[in-house]
Parts: sequence; structure tokens; C-alpha cells
Amino acid sequence: MSSERELFRTDDSQVLTETRDARMSGQGDRFNSKLREAFGSSPFILTKFDKFMNWVRGSSMFMLQFGIACCSIEMMHTYAVKHDLDRFHAGVPRASPRQADVMIVPGTIVSKFAPRMKRVYDQMPEPKFVVGMGSCTISGGPFQEGYNVIKGAEEVIPVDIHVPGCPPRPEALVYGVAKLQERIANGEASPVTVKPYELEQFGDLERDEIVDELASEIDEEDLVMRYNWADSP
Amino acid sequence: MSLQEGDEATPEIESGETELEALLDDLIVDTDDHMNAPAFVIRPDTVQETLGRLKNEAGYDHLSLVTAEEYPDRYESIYHLKKFDDPTDEVSVVVPTDSENPVSESAEPVFRTADWHEREAYDLVGIEYDDHPDLRRILLPETWQGHPMGLDYDQDRPQMVPLREHANPLQDDHRSDTDSDTMFVNIGPHHPATHGVLHLETTLDGEQVVDVEPDIGYLHRNEEQMAQNGTYRHQIMPYPDRWDYISAGLLNEWAYARAAEDLADIEVPEYAQIIRTMGAELCRIAAHMLAVGTFALDIYGDFTAIFMYAIRDREKAQNILEDLTGQRLMFNYFRLGGVVWDLPEPREEFFEKVRTFVDELPDALEEYHDLITSNEILQMRTVGTGVLPEEVAKNYGATGPVARGSGIDYDLRRDDPYGYYDELDWEVPVEDGCDNFSRLLVRMREVEESAKIIEQCVDLLEDWPEDERNIQANVPRTLRPEDDKEIYRTVEGAKGELGVYIRADGTEKPARFKIRSPCFSNLQTLPEMSNGEYIPDMIAALGSLDIVLGEVDR
Repeated sequence: MSSERELFRTDDSQVLTETRDARMSGQGDRFNSKLREAFGSSPFILTKFDKFMNWVRGSSMFMLQFGIACCSIEMMHTYAVKHDLDRFHAGVPRASPRQADVMIVPGTIVSKFAPRMKRVYDQMPEPKFVVGMGSCTISGGPFQEGYNVIKGAEEVIPVDIHVPGCPPRPEALVYGVAKLQERIANGEASPVTVKPYELEQFGDLERDEIVDELASEIDEEDLVMRYNWADSP
Repeated sequence: MSLQEGDEATPEIESGETELEALLDDLIVDTDDHMNAPAFVIRPDTVQETLGRLKNEAGYDHLSLVTAEEYPDRYESIYHLKKFDDPTDEVSVVVPTDSENPVSESAEPVFRTADWHEREAYDLVGIEYDDHPDLRRILLPETWQGHPMGLDYDQDRPQMVPLREHANPLQDDHRSDTDSDTMFVNIGPHHPATHGVLHLETTLDGEQVVDVEPDIGYLHRNEEQMAQNGTYRHQIMPYPDRWDYISAGLLNEWAYARAAEDLADIEVPEYAQIIRTMGAELCRIAAHMLAVGTFALDIYGDFTAIFMYAIRDREKAQNILEDLTGQRLMFNYFRLGGVVWDLPEPREEFFEKVRTFVDELPDALEEYHDLITSNEILQMRTVGTGVLPEEVAKNYGATGPVARGSGIDYDLRRDDPYGYYDELDWEVPVEDGCDNFSRLLVRMREVEESAKIIEQCVDLLEDWPEDERNIQANVPRTLRPEDDKEIYRTVEGAKGELGVYIRADGTEKPARFKIRSPCFSNLQTLPEMSNGEYIPDMIAALGSLDIVLGEVDR
């Protein structure tokens, strides 16, 4: 028994490592790291502030806890034990869009939901990024020919990364997120190119009596989305 | 009507039919034969009378589904009735209305569940129901033009959708009340507690719910239209996976397979039935694991141990299913007449894997019981809250664990046997607490029963002679069921009675494909369970219903 205890006993006087020596000997180089060696005695790292911020952004992403359809099940698996997105500095789901940096769009977007999704996107603070998960966010996926399905998330909000699959495996989503981090770190967030989203206007829509009637009904405060299925891809 | 031919009714239906004919004598305009049940054609102004007699005097207390469809010369609403005591005893009530003025009497006063079903029929097909309490669109946005499942709908026309999230639908009601102090709160459609894109319009009095109204349709991705555009043999089968996407894919595929196989008269080999049964029960375990995990998530409010445990056990089930089907979530494994391929080689390794999973399950469940059901906090939150009495549950057509948690002993695997279930030894768990806790217990006990079924299936499959491993029946390359054949078949999905109604028109695609979603009916009971309760109890009740929006909205 006593010999086993010996194993776990730490006698301070017997511990002599280089780190310990360095700590003892002076405050100037108390973190005796490789980085320190590389920079010599200078206590500064010089970099562009933008670059630093991009690196920080990519390395600490708060995801929006946002479930739509089938893909959200795989998204939950990506957050949870086996795949554990947290290992890649991206695993903290936030329920409020005001605290989130990244929105994963996991599923089919239908006409009724698109304005709501747009609103959630608008509520997120800048800079914000979007990962489109699954075929439905690319083109409408298997439901593309339906009467009610928006043919891709890009009809409503800008998307940085598309992860194809129906649904994509968790590994694929992790890869997509890693790619997004890479892009953010390189300062390559996607330009904002939103397609429809017109306020109180009907664009080039023909003014028949239905449109006129609807236009008169719409409150100016209201957000209106127009879906022209024939023009969509 | 023009739907006279059909196959011969079985003798016991024949005898029941005469009794029913006597009961409904003055109301019947014509008779019809659906493949699953006798059908009576009635006038549109006698719906309540007919359904009332069938419910009160003949004991058909379960309105399973309301199907609406448009023919070139008329509209039709079909009420599919069953008995909770004996779901094989079915009857259909067909209500034709003329195409110029499609108005029919509402069945809502007789069956509460008809409320949403008829709203859906109005929304998608365009039949109007007299005497309906609240006839407006349910799945599509209120500004939608046209009825998309109608025959003359132009899908390419532009549509506009406004966002009125700040509008208070009750404002007008309360303006006259000088000192009304209720508050209107939108919960969802983007909210962590609504399990997807459900929108709850709640009116609160302080901390108590005065009224809650589920607003659905945020995931209505026209599954029925997709199925009507696909051919029977191959193109429809991938879609059922996406109705109830919580890993319950094989259970949903079975709903379609059962209806289509009976429609086309295909006999499934016994060996394939055992594989189906095993796969389906693995799916049920995976689905219930997520139900338990997210329910605990709703109660405790954080992403911690129980959710992670549940996902861990789901991953195990999913790994086995991936070995079997080749996919993690969207299996597409069933084919009409069997399954797509045999068990993976080496078979011993696969059986070993399944056995390990099943053997470890009791220990895992013990952990859940330690963490969840024996936890005082959870008991305080769930025992006696979200009460759904048996009669109310029946009136709303609730099925599955929701019905069994309310003391209704109703499980289609036993009562309307399909697959290999009637050859196996297992039980139907029923709890009569009628509250959130009972529904949780039912799910956890069902996991045990599913494990029993899987174990027996593995035993059978292991000893199956090698030259009799027939995985698919001989099915013609192109299926063209006869014109005007109609069938409605249900199976026990993870959430309850999942049914498919198909009308064939002699082509290789169905003329009408209607899905009976258990969640759609179950979700209707939410106001009954939560009006007058506290908000957190409403959230708990919603979690215990275990809805999945892909199936509610289809």
C-alpha cells in the first residue's frame, strides 16, 4: 500500500524541469514557449488588426440554435457527443439570434417560413455568416417541384457555405464549418447579394386586381415577400 | 357515384354492412367499396347526422382521417372511421359536393379532430364546410391565392407572403374590455422549445395560459403533391423518410409500403417481413430516444447529460441502421414487396452488433430512470400536468404514446397486425395517468418492448435457412393498379397511427395520395392540455406530445 501511495506523491524538491527553472529565474521569459523563442526577447507580436480580428472571429463562433427540418436532426448530432462541433471552436448554440454569429440553415424553406427566417437573419449582429445545410437550401432539394417550397436559401438570405447532402452527414457539416472558419480567417466573407425581399413594392409583378387588392391591404410596416416560382431556378 | 367496382368484401364486413345499412338507411344515397372498408355515399347536409349515428350507435369512435379530393365533376370529402377497440372494423363516409359550389356540412360538432382536418381540406383542395367554427387556411399563408391540390391550380403564378409577427389577433376582442390584463405572446416559429418551426399564439394572464393556438404550416413542403408526381414502384419510397424525420424512416416507409402492397396485391416474403420488423423497431428506439432527450431538455432547459446520453444511444441505433440500409437518416430501404438488400455481410458480425446494443439497453434505460423519471424535480414538473383525459384524447383522434399515456389500449401492431408482429412475444405498455409523466413512461417502456422484438427477430434471422432468404417478391417493373381502386391503410409509427390513403386511376402514379399524420391530430390536443396551466407546463405538454413538424405539416 505504502509503495502505491509513493507513486502519487509529489515531492517539490525533486521536481526540476526547464519550465520550472525558467519560472524561478526571472519574469521576463516566464512562458518559455516556442513562440517566445521565435520572437526573441520582444514582448510584442505584430500583426494587422484586421487579420487578428478575423482569426478571432473564425476561432470563436456562436451558432444560432435554429432547427427547421430533417437536417436539424443531423445538426443536433453534430453538436452532441460523437461529433462534438465544440472541438472546432464552433459549438455553442445560442437560442437568441442577437447573440449568434453563424446561422446554420438546416432544412427546407417554405413560403410561410421564409419571411421569418429573413427576420431572424436581420436580428443577428454583424458580422454574420450563414452555412446552408442540405440540398433544400441549395435548390429546394427533393421538394423543388413543389408549390410551396423556396428554391434555395439564397433566394432569401446570402449564404457563405453550402453543404450538400440529404441530409449531409455530421462529418460533412463539420467540414463545412471548418471551411467557413478558413474563409473568415482569410477575410473572405461572402458579399451580400439578396435576391427578392421587397418592402411594400411588388417589383416587376404585373398589376392585376389581385395584386392591387393585396397591395392595398398591406401595412407599410409589413415586410412582404414575393415568390415568383416561374423565375426561380 | 362512379366508384362501384372493388374487390369482394369479407363476410364479417358483409354482416356489419347490413347492420350499418339498417342504421343509416334513410341517409345512404349510394354505396361504394373501398379496399379497406365499406363506404357509404351521403348527401352533404347530413354529415353530422350520419357520423353522429355511427359514433354513438355503432361505436365508430375514431375519426382517423378526412381526405378531400377533386374529381373533374365533383369534390369529395371522405371520413375514414374506425373503432378504438377494434381498428380493423372500419367504415368510410363519402360526401360528394358539386364542383360549382363545394359546400359540405362540418363534422366538427361530432368529432373535434375534424376541425383541423377540414381546415386542411379547405386550404389545399378548396371544399368549404358549413358550421365549422373557424374555417381558414391552416398550412399555407393566409394571403395564398388558389387551392394547390385542386385540379386547375397554376403552380407558376407568383404568390405574396406578408410578415405580421407583431399583429395581435386578440387585440380587437380586448379593446372593449377596459381593464383586461392579458398579454399576447408569440412562441416560435423560431424557438428552442417548439421542436422545429411551430408557432404558438399564446394569450397569457400573468404566468398562466389563457389560450394557446398552434399555428402550423412553416414546414409544409407538399409531400402529398410529391407523392402524386411519383411512380408507385420507385419514386415515392424516398419521401416517407422525410415525413417523420426523427429516424423513424422505416416506420414511415412501411406505411406507404403497406398501402401500396395491398393496393397492388403484393405478398411480402416472410424473411423480408422479419427484416422490416427489426429495422422498424430500431427506428422506434432511435425516435423515442430523441423524444426522451428533448423532453428532458424542455424540462431542465439545458444541453446537458440527458440529451447527450440520448444522442449517444441514438448513435448506436443509427450505426446499426447504417450497416443495414447504408444511410444514417433517410434510409430508403423498403421496396414494394420486400426490402432492397439482405443483411450486411458478415452476418455474424451484424447480429453480434445488434445483440450488444439490445443487451446494453437495459443498463442505459436504468441510467435514464435514475436521471429522469426518479428525479423529483422532473416529477414535480410532469406528474399531474398536461392532463389529457381518455375521452378527450379519443375525440381528438390522438394515437400512439399520447393515447397510450391516457389509458387507451390501442396499438396497431397488435390490433391490426402487419409485418411479423403477431408472431412475436411482446406487450403494449399503457399508463392511465393521462399526464406528461405517463407519456414519458410509455415511451421508455416501449423502448424495452422494441428491444424484445428486435432480439426475437435476430434469433429468427440467425436460424433462417440460407436458401430461403427471399428479400423481395416478384413485382412488375411498372405498377398500374386498377382504375378507381381506393385504399386507406395505417401502421403504428413512432408517434402514432400513420396512414396512407391512395386512389389509383389506372396510371403508374396515384391520383390522390393523402397522408394521415399522427402528430397533426396529437398537436390539436395542446390547448386542451395547457389552457389554464402555467407556461412551463404548456412547454412540458408540448414536449410530451413529441411532435415532429415535418409530419404535422407534411
